[in-house]
Amino acid sequence: MTRMKLDKFCLVAAIAALLALIFPLSGMDSETGKQIAFVGDIPGLAIAMALCVIAGAAFTWLGVRSINGGFVILAIAVFGCWQATSVLYDHGVAGHAGLGFWLFILSLWAFVWRGIDVIANFHSLDRSKQHAANLIVPVAFGVWLLFVWEVVVSGFGVPQVLLPPPSMIGERFVNSTDILAADFHQTFVKAVLSGYVMGCGSAFIIAIAVDRVPFLKRGLLPLGNMVSALPIIGVAPIMVMWFGFDWQSKAAVIVIMTFFPMLVNTVTGLNAAGKLEKDLMATYASSYWSTLFRLRLPAAMPFVFNALKINSTLALIGAIVAEFFGTPIVGMGFRISTEVGRMNIDMVWAEIALAALAGTAFYGAVAYIERKATSWHPSFRVRRH
Amino acid sequence: MTLKTVVNNVAEMPTSKKAVVDINKLSLTFQTADGPVYALSDVDLTIEEGDFVSFIGPSGCGKTTLLRVIADLEQATGGEISINGVTPHEAREKRAYGYVFQAPALLPWRSIERNVTLPLEIMEISKEERVKRAQEALKLVELNGFEKKFPWQLSGGMQQRASIARALSFDADLLLMDEPFGALDEIVRDHLNEQLLKLWARTNKTVAFVTHSIPEAVYLSSKIVVMSPRPGRIIDVIETDFPKDRSLDIRETPEFLEVAHRVREGLRAGHSNDE
Ligand SMILES: Nc1ncnc2c1ncn2[C@@H]1O[C@H](COP(=O)(O)OP(=O)(O)OP(=O)(O)O)[C@@H](O)[C@H]1O
Ligand SMILES: [Mg+2]
Repeated sequence: MTRMKLDKFCLVAAIAALLALIFPLSGMDSETGKQIAFVGDIPGLAIAMALCVIAGAAFTWLGVRSINGGFVILAIAVFGCWQATSVLYDHGVAGHAGLGFWLFILSLWAFVWRGIDVIANFHSLDRSKQHAANLIVPVAFGVWLLFVWEVVVSGFGVPQVLLPPPSMIGERFVNSTDILAADFHQTFVKAVLSGYVMGCGSAFIIAIAVDRVPFLKRGLLPLGNMVSALPIIGVAPIMVMWFGFDWQSKAAVIVIMTFFPMLVNTVTGLNAAGKLEKDLMATYASSYWSTLFRLRLPAAMPFVFNALKINSTLALIGAIVAEFFGTPIVGMGFRISTEVGRMNIDMVWAEIALAALAGTAFYGAVAYIERKATSWHPSFRVRRH
Repeated sequence: MTLKTVVNNVAEMPTSKKAVVDINKLSLTFQTADGPVYALSDVDLTIEEGDFVSFIGPSGCGKTTLLRVIADLEQATGGEISINGVTPHEAREKRAYGYVFQAPALLPWRSIERNVTLPLEIMEISKEERVKRAQEALKLVELNGFEKKFPWQLSGGMQQRASIARALSFDADLLLMDEPFGALDEIVRDHLNEQLLKLWARTNKTVAFVTHSIPEAVYLSSKIVVMSPRPGRIIDVIETDFPKDRSLDIRETPEFLEVAHRVREGLRAGHSNDE
């Protein structure tokens, strides 16, 4: 009988957990000269470590062969993570984590890696199961990164000014939802959305005009290129002088930033229709507008959506940076610049988290519409019968 | 008759045939960076109503160019051409052409049905009428049931049939087909040839058809135009008198082989001019 290949990740997990039981969990207390915490005093942690040793050994031998195995591994890892954070905060290990603790984290890392790997390689013809698996992978990975951030920052006792742990940022986030909501409304709803719609909309219409009038193509495209090359930190103060402190000046900055990508992409897209298709329309004596709406604009859609996606991120960056140059006392950029000055780093991070969430959601929404609108495009095609 | 709305239903008047295409001393020279290319020179040709004319000749002899000149996609540099008594441009404005290109040229964002109704939409025909005509045209090419599919979900042959249905969906005076079956296998090709022939017999359409295949040309046509390259010109025009409802079996008859032989001789003569 041929022997199965040993599962290396599970082997690492088992050995690391075993060593974690042996090596000291934490450093010495400087006053008493004793270790701060022992594994033996914390039954939850002891159980978690023992589980890791047993499961690690078992899976090393058996191999993680099914998706259920992946879930078992992840469940053990989740229990371990919970115990590890509880040790940090409830048993005073924060800032004094020892070799045993880090070995345990290493063991958990090996488990999570293997578990995510198994789920990522899951293939099913059942659409909903496949979707769930596709969703679990990035979520599990993101949660694990947050956990590592939390544990490293707390375990080593990194000063909050340098990097606060995510739990602290989350707490700040939850406790200041009214401020965050006001900032979000000012920066995103007022400035970003209006600037984005105006910038992309005007560029789209002008692109159609540019395409129709050859001299505009030669005159306007280089000019647009120049405008887009202007640095925002130069443009923003001028826009504040022109349009005042409120959201209008931020929207103007966004219009300048988003205009050119949209213009160039749409002009390129309008020429994307093939010669054969254009000839086809010609044989039907299709008018300019009919050909525009039936052939050239649909063919341009992938390019237009490309610009819309690029601009969704540009717009948020533009609004936040522009708020550094004068704003009413509300807004995400304003909050970041003032809270940095007050050393309220957790609030700065809460705003960063909000910006990340808003930016991702915005991009995701545009990408979703793209998928629906250009499902015919080769990159999205699903062969259905 | 259900086909009445789909296709041109001209009264049968075989004695007084009207010229659909009339070409006189036509020439076309492309000015390129490497000097002039004489794509067509001194072309004389008449296509009568109800004719099925095949163009055959080696690659680069100007078959596509000639079709494009007829469809007003390319402008002649000399000679005269009239379509139904008017210029190609005016004929195009009157929607006289159903052009089937060498590639299907279906719009990928439209379903098969909406691809077939594209010309009808441009011609501002009502929605109900459009759907009805699309149904009929798709039935002619045996694609009923595929209305809601998208082009990439169909095989190459089915796509080409859809593009033929699109050209049939409106009342074009002249069907121009540029190697429509070039990329298809022999069996599918035979089948589509048969169908095209049936369609032609039923509807009395005027067809200009480009091909590289001698049997295809002889089997389908009432008139075969043999062309030769550099400069592109017509070297032989062969009229055949097979019945309109011919079957694939005629390919074994002596008459068929005789015509095929003459086409082959014509092509050989064109080639030997090269040296
Ligand atoms: N737009 C153009 N500009 C310059 N030369 C051209 C152009 N279109 C065609 N030609 C030239 O005209 C000649 C005839 O071309 P055409 O496409 O009509 O040939 P064809 O008989 O259809 O050949 P094939 O059987 O390969 O399709 C060729 O020599 C070609 O290079
Ligand atoms: Mg050709």
